Amino acid sequence: MKPTAARALQANETGRLGPLWTFLFRYGPPRWTEYVLRNWSGQRLVIAVPYLWLLVFFLVPFLIVLKISFAEFSALGRPPYEPVFDFRLLEWSEKGVLQVKVMIGSYFYLFNEPLYVSSWLYSIKVAFFSTVMCLLLGYPMAYAIARSQPTYRNLFLMLVILPFWTSFLLRVYAWIGLLKNDGVINNVLQWLGIIDEPLAMMNTSFAVYIGIVYSYLPFMILPLYSNLEKHDLTLLEAAQDLGAGPIRSFLRITLPLSFPGVVAGSLLVFIPAVGEYVIPSLLGRTDQLMIAKLLSDEFFLNRDWPKASAVAIVMLLLLVLPIMVFQHFQNKELEAQRK
Amino acid sequence: MKTQRVFSKVMLGLGFLFLYVPIVCLVVFSFNDSRSVTVWNFATSPSLRWYKRLVEDDAILSAAWISIKVAAMSASGAVVLGTLAGLVLARFGPFRGRALLRGLTTAPLVMPEVITGLSMLLLFVSLEQLLRAFFGVQFDRGIVTITIAHITFTMAYVTVVVQSRLAGFDDSLEEAALDLGARPAKVFFRITVPLILPAIMSGWLLAFTLSWDDVVITQFVAGPGSNTLPMVIFSRVRLGVNPVVNALATLMVLVVALGVILSAILMRRQEQRRKREEQMAASG
Repeated sequence: MKPTAARALQANETGRLGPLWTFLFRYGPPRWTEYVLRNWSGQRLVIAVPYLWLLVFFLVPFLIVLKISFAEFSALGRPPYEPVFDFRLLEWSEKGVLQVKVMIGSYFYLFNEPLYVSSWLYSIKVAFFSTVMCLLLGYPMAYAIARSQPTYRNLFLMLVILPFWTSFLLRVYAWIGLLKNDGVINNVLQWLGIIDEPLAMMNTSFAVYIGIVYSYLPFMILPLYSNLEKHDLTLLEAAQDLGAGPIRSFLRITLPLSFPGVVAGSLLVFIPAVGEYVIPSLLGRTDQLMIAKLLSDEFFLNRDWPKASAVAIVMLLLLVLPIMVFQHFQNKELEAQRK
Repeated sequence: MKTQRVFSKVMLGLGFLFLYVPIVCLVVFSFNDSRSVTVWNFATSPSLRWYKRLVEDDAILSAAWISIKVAAMSASGAVVLGTLAGLVLARFGPFRGRALLRGLTTAPLVMPEVITGLSMLLLFVSLEQLLRAFFGVQFDRGIVTITIAHITFTMAYVTVVVQSRLAGFDDSLEEAALDLGARPAKVFFRITVPLILPAIMSGWLLAFTLSWDDVVITQFVAGPGSNTLPMVIFSRVRLGVNPVVNALATLMVLVVALGVILSAILMRRQEQRRKREEQMAASG
């Protein structure tokens, strides 16, 4: 026998919320487990486990960052300066006036402080040029691997991936020894008599470019390779038969066909490079910070959590478009494999 | 055609030089008997002086132990969650919220580490507040928070590996087993898991390496007294070059190289066996 309230609710249509009401009335809290056991198949449980994990530990944190970015920084308070779970947007001020509590001071600061603006521009510049350099070096490499003898192909691929398995931090560290004023490169060049004075390469933008290209090159080569490998080579033969030269057939056939690989590889380099922290801290300029360094300084040194959160939010907004483009291509790739 | 080939081959050679010269330098100068990691001391080198120093370095050894524990735990967690997510995305039909799940599993691949680190730390701080307010429980950030953070960003890699492996073959075997009356859980453990075992294993290794290597996210979520190896290395390297780090790097390169060579041999052997079996099956 159903409880009368539930029957009443079922009797007159309650619209979209109808099932919810019946659910609440029929299976009160004590009987939820029964409901879950009866209606949630194993499939739902399998979906729920990774889903919940990602929601709790990946999505919710961003909401908290967003919340804290609107908090007010005070030099005396303790971070995070106000309770995280206080969602009142309005509050009574001392004068008895209802005022909006949201503080956009941090954001205002971000777009007006020259230090911040120059770090943004510098980060984007560094990421852009390193991506271009990665592409210029990675494309021919991927091309050579994809067109090499099948017996060598796996060896070459392994050689590309191998550095990726060794520590990223230590690979960046290796460049300090090479680029220093009394480092290996300068020593060799001086010994050869090419230069008299050591070249200043450490703590320059050049060193950051080298570090980023070096660390992210595998990320450029692998998507390009998996694209170039699938090309139908008869197209090139046809072009040759029809009189196209090698450059022309490359520009008209291979390059357009490899476009998804170029996009995926470039984004895999560009997006993390904008927020790169380790490479500029070890190799980069000391007078010009990149945005990630600024974020961590703001957080750890100044203990200004709201401002650090605001930096993170703006960085995320800047990168959301590239990230979505990347996801689009990535998913197309993964779904294409199914067929 | 020809110029293109030659050009791309030259670039391949240069690229490999670029990739390997720094590592070779790192290794060579770990045997240098001098404080400098750039000027070779011809008189007494090669020597194992820095390796001896490394073995006596308690800070590095205890940090390495913490790193191994964290990496093993997070790799195992990431493999479980990542395999489930990969299975859901590759095999389960459309369901409500699939697009969001897809987004959540690919986003950590490209998310700048500072953002992930900051957001995880703020989550843990809020959880601390909540727990203290409602239950009066105090918890400190440390190995547990580092592991949770590492599971979250490494499971994305496992998901991609597993998903693309599952996409590589059709589900006819699984369907056959279901038709024969096996329950879904049994099908998963008896059919799907053995089929994707290579992907699961490489996913575990990938997750282990990424966790073992991570410094930025760890720095955010670590508490006092839970220094991982990359954190110790990072703080030393910032002060300048250090031959002990070279020695450590050499050992790590050695382990990775051995592991890769070993797995290549194993894979080749497996491939040969499969081919032989296929031939036998074909000949009847």
